[in-house]
Amino acid sequence: MHAVKNVSFEIKKGNVYGILGPNGSGKSTTLGIVLNVVNKASGDFEWFTGKLNTHEALKKVGAIIERPNFYPYMTAKENLELVCKIKGTNFSKVDEKLELVGLLERKNDKFRTYSLGMKQRLAIASALLNDPEILILDEPTNGLDPQGIRQIRDIIRIIASQGTTILLASHLLDEVEKVCSHVVVLQKGVMLYQGSVHDMIANDSFFEVKAENMAQLKSVLENYQSVKNTVEEEGKLLVYLNNEISAKELNSYAFEHKIILEHLVKRKNSLEEQFLELTKNK
Amino acid sequence: MKRLLSIEFQKIWKNKASKVLLLTYFILLSFIALIASIKFNIGSFEIHIADQGIFNFPYIWHFNTYIAALFKIFLAVVIVSMMANEYTYGTLKQNLIDGLSKKEFILSKFLVVVSFSMATTLFIFIMSLILGYSFSSYNELSIVFSDLEYLLAFFIKLIGFFSFCLFIGILVKRSAFALGFILVWAFGEKILHGIIGRFVFHDFDYAYKFIKFLPLESMSNLIKEPFSRLSAIKAIETSIGGATAAKDYSVHFSEIVIVLVWTLIFILTAYYIVKKRDL
Repeated sequence: MHAVKNVSFEIKKGNVYGILGPNGSGKSTTLGIVLNVVNKASGDFEWFTGKLNTHEALKKVGAIIERPNFYPYMTAKENLELVCKIKGTNFSKVDEKLELVGLLERKNDKFRTYSLGMKQRLAIASALLNDPEILILDEPTNGLDPQGIRQIRDIIRIIASQGTTILLASHLLDEVEKVCSHVVVLQKGVMLYQGSVHDMIANDSFFEVKAENMAQLKSVLENYQSVKNTVEEEGKLLVYLNNEISAKELNSYAFEHKIILEHLVKRKNSLEEQFLELTKNK
Repeated sequence: MKRLLSIEFQKIWKNKASKVLLLTYFILLSFIALIASIKFNIGSFEIHIADQGIFNFPYIWHFNTYIAALFKIFLAVVIVSMMANEYTYGTLKQNLIDGLSKKEFILSKFLVVVSFSMATTLFIFIMSLILGYSFSSYNELSIVFSDLEYLLAFFIKLIGFFSFCLFIGILVKRSAFALGFILVWAFGEKILHGIIGRFVFHDFDYAYKFIKFLPLESMSNLIKEPFSRLSAIKAIETSIGGATAAKDYSVHFSEIVIVLVWTLIFILTAYYIVKKRDL
């Protein structure tokens, strides 16, 4: 049983990477391997082009994994100080990072009294203690309420704007779309796509049209040379193209054939549709 | 090393349960001194325990280390929960991600084992000195500091036992089950002795020659029970030429080696488990 096979990609400084995939696609396993908590059967990875061994390299990396793991009987401050000791940095950053994630006032409360959102924010603060070059976030908004999700996203944006490379694993597409510049798509341990988010979304635009006589509309449009195929969906006709045409061109073509459109929208696939498209075929 | 110890002691000391157990342990150890105040009345005859020779040098080293070792179960609980908590809280994974290596992780836990053993040994050494000087019939330096190998054996015994707890804690991952497992293991060794002695060799003393190599048995065998030695001494003193069966109460180098080998096996296996197990 392979959780992950033949996944290979490289991370460059300053970008925000998303690892996308449905549950069980191997996102956490991939991150687990590079973080040295999951043993690999074969293959290689290296940190910072191989200059440091893994556990030294991890001191320059910040990572949070699915669930925030801290000692429940210690306060937030004590937990962060413990992380400082492990990473070998001094305690001066503790308050600064707690402030960044908005937990400074609760720093002397025990970890077990925290809500899930606060735990997750504390995990981010902890990952940032050493001012890491790379921040790895595995499902950072999992299980949070909308406010919590918003807070985490805002924090991620602030961190990204400071030039930290971020690797974000998520199954929430609009999260990746909003935050990431590059994306890797995994399914069942196999890599389906790697590249910039822009390229992934930009490749196809299509039209959404509606007319009184849908059958006529469909047959007319399918004869148009720029149209690849059409799909009827929720009372609308989705028109996919061979080559880029404007809404005006499509409209005038329909008009020439005595069809008056009630509805005409030129759209691009959202990352979500693009993702479903990618994972459907496999 | 200072870094690892400071990490571990923060984890233990901030935990209320561990702190209470640690304090209880040392308080109970100092209660050994209270034995001195026990008095019996047999008719009009008053027996004062402290005057019966248990606090005589060098016998006191044997007696106190034997009694003190009975309390080690308190620290065993602290050590087992220290190991198992790392799994139940998921903090082992987090520690590794934060940049602790797996080797450092095991080393830091072993350092705790060594420090606990050292602190206890030192505590017993000082307490025995005080008790001895208060009650012993002999205060000559050469007698006071003879038989100190009992302290060494005590130290090794604690390291061995706590390493065993460390290993079981990692293996079982749940404090309560790990403690139960240690108990089952202890019974298991006794039962094995019974089975081999009864059915294989038909001789319990002969069977013990093999059983004494088992981990827990080798640890308890390091310091033999001191009570019969006390009455033996008294018997020799009072009886006129009555022959008593000679029993060897001394600490043997080979027994220390057996425990050290087990310690090595436990620590290395614990390291192997941490290395191989996915988190």
